[in-house]
Amino acid sequence: MLSLVVFLPLAAAVVLAAVPALGHRVAAWAWVGATALDLALVVAVWAGYRTPAAGRLAYEEQVPWIPGVNSSYHVGIDGLSLPLVALTAVIFLACAVYSLRDDDRPRTRAALFLFLQGVSTGLFVSADLILFFLFFDLSIVGMYFVIAGWGHNNAARSALKFFLYTFLGSLALLVGFIGLYVYADPHTFDMVELAAQLPLNGSPVAGGWVLAAIIVGLAVKTPTVPFHTWLPPAHTDAPATGSAVLAGVLLKMGTYGFVRIAMPLLPQAWRAWAWVMVIVGIVSVLYGALVALAQTDLKRMIAYTSVNHMGYIVMAVGAAGLVGNGPAEARSIAVTGAVTQMVSHGLITGALFLLAGVFHDRAGTYDLGAFGGLAGPAPRLATLFAVGAFASLGLPGLSGFIAEFQVFTGSIAVAPVSAVALVGILVTAALFLRALQRVFTGPEAGHSAGFTDLRPAEAWAVGALLLLSLLIGVLPRPLLDVIEPAARTVAELVGR
Amino acid sequence: MRPLLLLPEIVVFVGGLAALLAGSFLARRRQWITRVVAGVALVSAAVLAAIALAGSDLMAFEGTFRVDTATGVARLVACLGTLAALGLAADELADSPRESESYALLLFSTTGALVLAGAEDLLVLGAGFLLTSIPLYGLIGMARTGRGAEAAMKTYLLGALFGILLLAGVTVLYGVTGTTTYAELPDRLAAAPAGAVAAGTIGLLAGLLFEAGGVPAHFWVPDAAQGAGGAVAAFLTTIPKIGALLATYRLVALLPGTLDWPVFVGVLAAASMTLGNLAAYWQQDPRRLLGWSTVSQVGFLLVPVAVAGASPLALPSLLLYLAGYTVTNLGAFAVSTALPDRRELASYQGLGRARPWLGTSLVVTLLGLVGTPPTVVFVGKLTTATAAWDAGLAWLTVLVVLNSLLSLFYYLRWIEPVYASGRSREEAGEEAAEEAGEAAFVVRPWSARIAVAAALLSVALGIGAGPLWAVVTGR
Repeated sequence: MLSLVVFLPLAAAVVLAAVPALGHRVAAWAWVGATALDLALVVAVWAGYRTPAAGRLAYEEQVPWIPGVNSSYHVGIDGLSLPLVALTAVIFLACAVYSLRDDDRPRTRAALFLFLQGVSTGLFVSADLILFFLFFDLSIVGMYFVIAGWGHNNAARSALKFFLYTFLGSLALLVGFIGLYVYADPHTFDMVELAAQLPLNGSPVAGGWVLAAIIVGLAVKTPTVPFHTWLPPAHTDAPATGSAVLAGVLLKMGTYGFVRIAMPLLPQAWRAWAWVMVIVGIVSVLYGALVALAQTDLKRMIAYTSVNHMGYIVMAVGAAGLVGNGPAEARSIAVTGAVTQMVSHGLITGALFLLAGVFHDRAGTYDLGAFGGLAGPAPRLATLFAVGAFASLGLPGLSGFIAEFQVFTGSIAVAPVSAVALVGILVTAALFLRALQRVFTGPEAGHSAGFTDLRPAEAWAVGALLLLSLLIGVLPRPLLDVIEPAARTVAELVGR
Repeated sequence: MRPLLLLPEIVVFVGGLAALLAGSFLARRRQWITRVVAGVALVSAAVLAAIALAGSDLMAFEGTFRVDTATGVARLVACLGTLAALGLAADELADSPRESESYALLLFSTTGALVLAGAEDLLVLGAGFLLTSIPLYGLIGMARTGRGAEAAMKTYLLGALFGILLLAGVTVLYGVTGTTTYAELPDRLAAAPAGAVAAGTIGLLAGLLFEAGGVPAHFWVPDAAQGAGGAVAAFLTTIPKIGALLATYRLVALLPGTLDWPVFVGVLAAASMTLGNLAAYWQQDPRRLLGWSTVSQVGFLLVPVAVAGASPLALPSLLLYLAGYTVTNLGAFAVSTALPDRRELASYQGLGRARPWLGTSLVVTLLGLVGTPPTVVFVGKLTTATAAWDAGLAWLTVLVVLNSLLSLFYYLRWIEPVYASGRSREEAGEEAAEEAGEAAFVVRPWSARIAVAAALLSVALGIGAGPLWAVVTGR
């Protein structure tokens, strides 16, 4: 079943790539159809999901791949991965709908995005380190071509920077994985087995180095300060859908790696590094927020708020490693908050980037100063952007609040210094309100005159993402019921 | 004696002779018959090798030639690799005055590589070295261009120098041990004076590094890759390495622990990959770029050689990497020979749109050379890097990974123009000019087919790494 979810988009991608005769319309609708079908499969998986026993996975499948190094095609899901698998399906469907009217080589673009969807889903269900690495690397390759092929301005340069930077991260990750393999006895790349073995518990020096390699790899992808410099240019020059996928799905691969690999497989080293993670998280929160405040380019601003939001996650997973500093409950709440934040950030930032794409499509610029009073000609855009902005700054009733509330409850209970990061929320609120005010209120100015409001496809795509955010904000229980048991397990595993 | 154990080698050599003789009697329009002869010889040798691969570990000619899994894999890969090179030559050399001679030399050099791969005696090693390298000089000069002549001269002079070093090494080791067979060498080497053993071994390694095209004997590789014809360039950067690296592996595996040979070879590997990568960065000619890239690939291939015997992964990963490298490198060269007149990276602009299959093949093979999963080179790199750490050389693992990143820089310089046309689409005039340029992508059919096949195979072998692993471990 999981393999079907992974390989359906890949198969659709191959078909779209190999049949040049398909017309633009057909290709665009085929993309929507494939993503909708994939989402339906994910819904079926979710409906049939029962929380597996601690340390086990649901929907497991295992086929040997490279027997010489005990690597296998091993997939499965639990409460950490299921929400992200669902998020991936939703975001890609939104991108497909959003692109219905875009006639820039739709067939190859649809093929590329379906490929990206397959590898992203594959990454979240991998239970083998090499399989994880495979999908991690392929996601970079796919995104490189999205930015280089469909981007604007300095796209080639930004794509190159993105590729090199994140490839460096993926290779650091590979070194860490090989280290885990070499120290394991019997040698294996299987995550489930490694979590049971804990190969590096008891060798703190080697464990520290291996974790350092893995953290660098994941931190580049997340990205956290100081590894974030590839993110703003990549986002600015990527197409809207590319940015939405990059922020909504690809960044989650980094944070997901923390809870899936770094914490359960290297608990001792993680506890030793936990304070570093907390501090890196706090710095990312504050730095991301302050730099975002200084931006005049809408897309760069949203990109930096991503650094800020990812910072909350890093802070929370760091706090979860501070064993003995507070109640165990708090650490598990921090992890729950982190995973909820991944989902919430994916939905909200995905929506915001899609909206930012509308600005570029209509006016050819992201400059905040080039607009004024836009609420008049474009009321739908103004409404959805406002909802997205409020969700992003953590207004109660929307998913961001649920996530950040838990992140702070958990983190402050074990590390009171995390309260400093609350300033980040304040700054984010300020910058979003300021952007709203500059672009949408006041007299019509700049490019606002004659600005075409959201087309139905665009409105549906963005609206669905924000509606889900609202739904999670009002009725968080179904989501939290899935995440909480897994988060508790992770918190326990780190305590070993 | 058991000469029948060497049947694949004999078939390839006789095939070369037959091509040479038949070529002398055939009109120029009928030279294609010699290509068929050569192809049949290679296919038969490959089939024979596959049959022998199923058998057990045997020695031929009084223990001077070993027929084991490694020899079998090398035979299979070398014969099929030469067959692919023959396909590239079909586009390039058909009806040319030197057609049958080229095929004969290709087959002789392949025989030499096969002899190197199975050699269990220093004298056989010397013979294999000469049989591999001498046809190469002729093949490189066959292009009859200024660059070709320069490259042939350079290769010849370096080959003579390193050949003498190799033979001197053989003499020294024979002098201090009184034997040349590998069966007796380890014990006697351990008892011999360490200085003499080191001198002799370094001479041997130097010769083999020339054949493999590794630092410090690599200077001929970029020139030959650029100056020789495309098919020859693809051949000489691929097939001789198979024999030379396997011979190096067998040699390093029997060295005594009196000196730290793993670290020595590890340093050579690191130097090769780093230098090759740094030098490739500035190249504008795709073939010269690939030439330098092969120097760096030799560095990666030397990693399992460095840990020969110290990790159970070493030999299988060397064989797997060799097979993957052969497929992938031939694929990349095939793209270049499919478009023989495009000798600037920038001239590949728009290939992705004009020739999607060829463009995709180029991307797959180049990313394959970087080591992107799920291509077969990734599996090779993963297992070699793991073998290095497993044997205690964690620093070599880190260097392998860092060099993979370095290599991405220049492979991307080639990939970038292939899909770069999308950006200028707003400028209509430019687009028209671009389309005119794209229409000029006239490809040579056999090269294009081989490029696509190699790209598909590199992915298929990566995904099917399980069965492949079973083959290279002999299970």
